[in-house]
Amino acid sequence: MTVLQVKVWRGGESGHYQEFEVPRFESQSVLDVVTYIQRSLDPTLSYRFACRVGMCGSCAMTVNGKARWTCRTHVAKVAAADRLEIAPLANLPVVKDLVTDMSPFFEKWAAAHGRFQGGRTRRDDFERVPPDSPQRGLVDEAIECIGCGICYSSCDVVSWNADYLGPAALNRAWTLVNDVRDTDQTRLAAVAGDAGCHACHTQMTCTERCPKQLSPTASIAGLKRLALAAALEGEI
Amino acid sequence: MKNDFRARNHPAYWAFLVHRVSGLLLALFLPLHFWALGQALQGEAQLDSFLRWTEQPLVKFAEVVLVLLLAAHMAGGVRLLMLEFLAWRDWHKSLLAAAAGLSIAAGLAFLLNLV
Repeated sequence: MTVLQVKVWRGGESGHYQEFEVPRFESQSVLDVVTYIQRSLDPTLSYRFACRVGMCGSCAMTVNGKARWTCRTHVAKVAAADRLEIAPLANLPVVKDLVTDMSPFFEKWAAAHGRFQGGRTRRDDFERVPPDSPQRGLVDEAIECIGCGICYSSCDVVSWNADYLGPAALNRAWTLVNDVRDTDQTRLAAVAGDAGCHACHTQMTCTERCPKQLSPTASIAGLKRLALAAALEGEI
Repeated sequence: MKNDFRARNHPAYWAFLVHRVSGLLLALFLPLHFWALGQALQGEAQLDSFLRWTEQPLVKFAEVVLVLLLAAHMAGGVRLLMLEFLAWRDWHKSLLAAAAGLSIAAGLAFLLNLV
């Protein structure tokens, strides 16, 4: 039986890698490996997961140096020479072992006005979004974000500028500025500052890594164009 | 925790590095360029002697590198403008390949003219 050599981060911000030997199974995911370690080798290992099918976005970790959703990452795809190095997501505070504190990530969604603000009450009829409208077409992919934090963790600009809103929050803002039902008139200004869309260097690591194969870079470029147009019109 | 080179190893990141490094090197070259032009202020003979010095093979080779840097920086800049200001489409790797091809073609054209 083949055995995987697995190095797993233990501790908080300062810590070390601990080595485990995990039996290799067919169709094994990286999450299976972490779960095996916790259930059979060391029950004190902390990690986070929920759905196991790529919907919830909770199991993201750094696997052999790249942020990935572990539930849908096959060991066969990433473990060259049967070796794995599993660490918590970069750019986020480490709580313990593989668990990060996602607060900064979601606080930035709020700072980017990521909350939908409708103009109708429960007594009004539903407002319709024409499915074929150009604005709806622009965000066809962007609305599929599951908030896993992989783009945020992979982004160099987030590492360099702690205030940078990051790819996911900007992607969320892009979906809302294109939502005909939304009434927030200050969102574009909120994402056009120093820590907003213009800070993006188009390194496209977010697009490269997004497990849903979305392109936050496309959303950020869209915001850059809108912000420029609004600035020329004197609106922001 | 911080990312290392493994997270950055993809084409668009290399393009970012080439653009940034070429920009920095060109910025460093600029003072030298102005100093060379300034030789003309000392009279024709001074400039001519400097221009003769630049005929050396090593300086000529450095010139090819300079042209390559200029071409890469310009093509990289045009690539970014097209990517960000035109309607988004799935062409970023094609744009990157075109920018790389154009830069190398410009460098080669300069190199071959010298021969």
